[in-house]
Amino acid sequence: MAHLGELPLGARARVRAIACERPVRRRLLELGVLPGTELEIVRRAPLGDPIELSLRGYRLSLRAEEARTIEVEALSATANEPAAAPARA
Amino acid sequence: MSDKPLVYLVGNPNAGKTTLFNRLAGVRARTGNYPGVTVERRTAAWRAGPHAAELVDLPGTYSLSARSPEEQIAVDALLRDAPAVVVVVLDGTSLERSLYLALQVCETGLPTVVALNMMDEVRASGMDVDVDVLAARLGADVVPVVASRSEGLDALTAAVAARLDEQRLEEERATDTPTDAPTDAPTDVPTDAPTDAPTDTPTDAPTDDRDQAALPSAGEPPAGRPAPPAPVLGAEAEADVEAVARVAADVLKAPPRLARAWALWALLSLDRDDELHDVPAALRAIAQARHEAADAAGRDLDLELVAARYALLDQLISDAVRPGPPKPRLTDRIDAVLVHPVAGLVAFAAVMFVVFESLFRWSEPAIGLIEEGIAASQGWLRGVMTEGPFRDLLTDGVVAGVGNVLVFVPQIALLFLLISFLEDSGYLARVAFVIDRVMKSVGLHGKAFVPLLSGFACAVPAVLATRTIASRKDRLVTMMALPLMSCSARLPIYVLVTATIFPADTRVGVFSVGAVVLFSMYSLSVAATLGAAAVLRRTAVRGPRPTMVLELPPYRLPVLRNLVGTTWDRVKTFLVDAGTIILALTIVLWALLSFPKSADVGARYEAERAAATAALEGEALDERLAALDAAEAGEQLEHSIAGRLGKGIEPAIEPLGMDWRMGVGVLGAFAAREVFISTLGVVFGIGEADEESSPLREQLRDATRRDGSKLMTPLSGVALMVFFVLACQCMSTIAVVRRESGSWKWPALMFGYMTALAYVVTLIVYQTGLALGWGLG
Ligand SMILES: Nc1nc2c(ncn2[C@@H]2O[C@H](COP(=O)(O)OP(=O)(O)OP(=O)(O)O)[C@@H](O)[C@H]2O)c(=O)[nH]1
Ligand SMILES: [Mg+2]
Repeated sequence: MAHLGELPLGARARVRAIACERPVRRRLLELGVLPGTELEIVRRAPLGDPIELSLRGYRLSLRAEEARTIEVEALSATANEPAAAPARA
Repeated sequence: MSDKPLVYLVGNPNAGKTTLFNRLAGVRARTGNYPGVTVERRTAAWRAGPHAAELVDLPGTYSLSARSPEEQIAVDALLRDAPAVVVVVLDGTSLERSLYLALQVCETGLPTVVALNMMDEVRASGMDVDVDVLAARLGADVVPVVASRSEGLDALTAAVAARLDEQRLEEERATDTPTDAPTDAPTDVPTDAPTDAPTDTPTDAPTDDRDQAALPSAGEPPAGRPAPPAPVLGAEAEADVEAVARVAADVLKAPPRLARAWALWALLSLDRDDELHDVPAALRAIAQARHEAADAAGRDLDLELVAARYALLDQLISDAVRPGPPKPRLTDRIDAVLVHPVAGLVAFAAVMFVVFESLFRWSEPAIGLIEEGIAASQGWLRGVMTEGPFRDLLTDGVVAGVGNVLVFVPQIALLFLLISFLEDSGYLARVAFVIDRVMKSVGLHGKAFVPLLSGFACAVPAVLATRTIASRKDRLVTMMALPLMSCSARLPIYVLVTATIFPADTRVGVFSVGAVVLFSMYSLSVAATLGAAAVLRRTAVRGPRPTMVLELPPYRLPVLRNLVGTTWDRVKTFLVDAGTIILALTIVLWALLSFPKSADVGARYEAERAAATAALEGEALDERLAALDAAEAGEQLEHSIAGRLGKGIEPAIEPLGMDWRMGVGVLGAFAAREVFISTLGVVFGIGEADEESSPLREQLRDATRRDGSKLMTPLSGVALMVFFVLACQCMSTIAVVRRESGSWKWPALMFGYMTALAYVVTLIVYQTGLALGWGLG
């Protein structure tokens, strides 16, 4: 099973589980990062970290160490250009 | 304050709350702070139809759940303050996320009106939102608005007024049937207490009946209104919530719906090391017990509670929202450049350059004008008043103090115009995104970058700029470390000392000695700042690791009125709160440097002046008199408290390579670092001096210690500069940290650690140099 930090840019994935410290985990859950939520890796910051995700019609940034704790299942890798808008953006 | 009904604006960050607040209430806002928390509280009197209400702009939040006091503001405001109406401001373009908070608010059963904002963008995207479905499911009025263009505000006001009408009716009915106790009207409630101190209420033992009385309908909607939404929980989670709600109802004297809201809040907020306050112990205990039991049973209670809400929301979204056709967002096109691996860094550097320019250059003309104005008023006062201590108090104490406050205004104003622009436009989040990699290595938040950078100009606006950092701990670390950044007031000292101790054409390799000195001092200051931040994070301001779970909002065009409003708020609170401290300290310092005066010295110089007037005339006389004045000022300074303090601390500062005259200079420099030079001018009896002044340089070069050795050697000069890099030589910084941290504890700690650091490092530098025989002349 992959974690979010391993996915290439432009990859889409579905969240399976979140395993970070409780405060961060609660925040992620309330921001809508739930098991079953689909998201896309939009880009990396110029210095490589953090990463930018697109989910539920908005953009969220996460550090690599937080991304590592999110277990995902990769969806059909639509490796087209990352700027392509997800639904309802 | 007032007993007017409270109308609260809540919403996600960037949802448009402040824009809406400014549009509804105009410029009549009052700003203050939430007690104990350094978060700004903006309120304004507002008329909703026939009702006089109090409008409050709450800090942006994604959820009512909390981990820290600053996040607790929202829940306390809603569940404790008994607002008459809650206006939830939603960003219509990201309903899937922002409805979560709206749902939480509606669940409480508080009278709620949803302002569906950003409708201009919603329409442009081709998206379609069924307002009626939203309203029915949320049990709240939903009013589409465009806050930035004042569209829909009448309908919004009418919706709020309607809720206030209902409450007034109910109140009247209650007075008709006095037996109906729990339907006490909200206007009978002592709302002045919560308005003044919303978080001060002792929760364990409510002393009044506010909690019951506050909510006439206690969440039961008036006839004709849909019921509040209720996410469906599994049987086990439902049992957990009910168990906690029973305790909440009991200890918080809360009616059923609020008790349930407290229970959900407690289960999603309380944790072993949260920093929440005023949480009844019984509530904490039951929430903890339920969580532990759930964990033991292999259940994920947090997820169960949140997922139930999102399940309801996902259904609501699919019923009420029809997405527009997929098309590339403008924000993505902008970000393709602004956070591009190469172009993004260039853009970042360019923006930071503009911030820098504004602090260093653009603010200069205004600062110059203020300084001239102050000098002119001092001159004028000296002209019209008779000589004496009272005149000196006015000119050198009060007017100088006002000047010390006003000189900061141009930098603060310009910096805040820029920062508010960056923040409202959405770029500030990208600043954090781009630079976080660097900042996290020292335990700082990405948003600490702009304040730190501003520290190169001046710590005072820089400390104010930490407001953009949401977490209090992250803010504290940043504001405690950034006075180590080498501010522009230190530059004249480097210039004076370098010019004094090194002949002008000295070179180090291919570089001039001045360049090497400056480079070293700035490097030292950056290293010290980052080091201090890392240490503070692990000691005095220990706390959860800052996270970068940060929304990157769409780019939006800021509204000028908001920028001006925010800037004016900043300037005003600085003038009022920090300004009074700076003024008071200026007067104290003036007194220390002026009193007591020696009558003997005065008489002796009077006699010499008389002799000179008799013997000389014309230019020669003027010169002689000026020299006498300067010499007298130097001798009087020696007699003053500051002079005596300088001598008193001489044994302590001698190992640093300083003598008592330097000590006096260091004390004087507390008013502002550049004052070090003018104080030295007075101590050395040469009157007015600045860093370019050659008499001062010569005096310093020739000055000797008591044992006849030279005072200023390359070694003692370097030691002096190192001291100034690290020491907290600035009362204005202390005043502003007091203001922004909300207590004297933090500026005291800052002064303590910086002074200790400066002392120890300077001691090591000077003593090592002495032992190795370096730079002795
Ligand atoms: N297009 C559009 N932009 C808006 C609207 N309302 C607000 N904005 C812009 O959105 C940005 C954020 O608005 P603010 O009022 O600062 O948001 P806020 O909710 O107070 O944000 P925080 O104080 O950070 O929680 C600003 O640049 C506004 O100009 C709107 O209806 N339409
Ligand atoms: Mg705001």
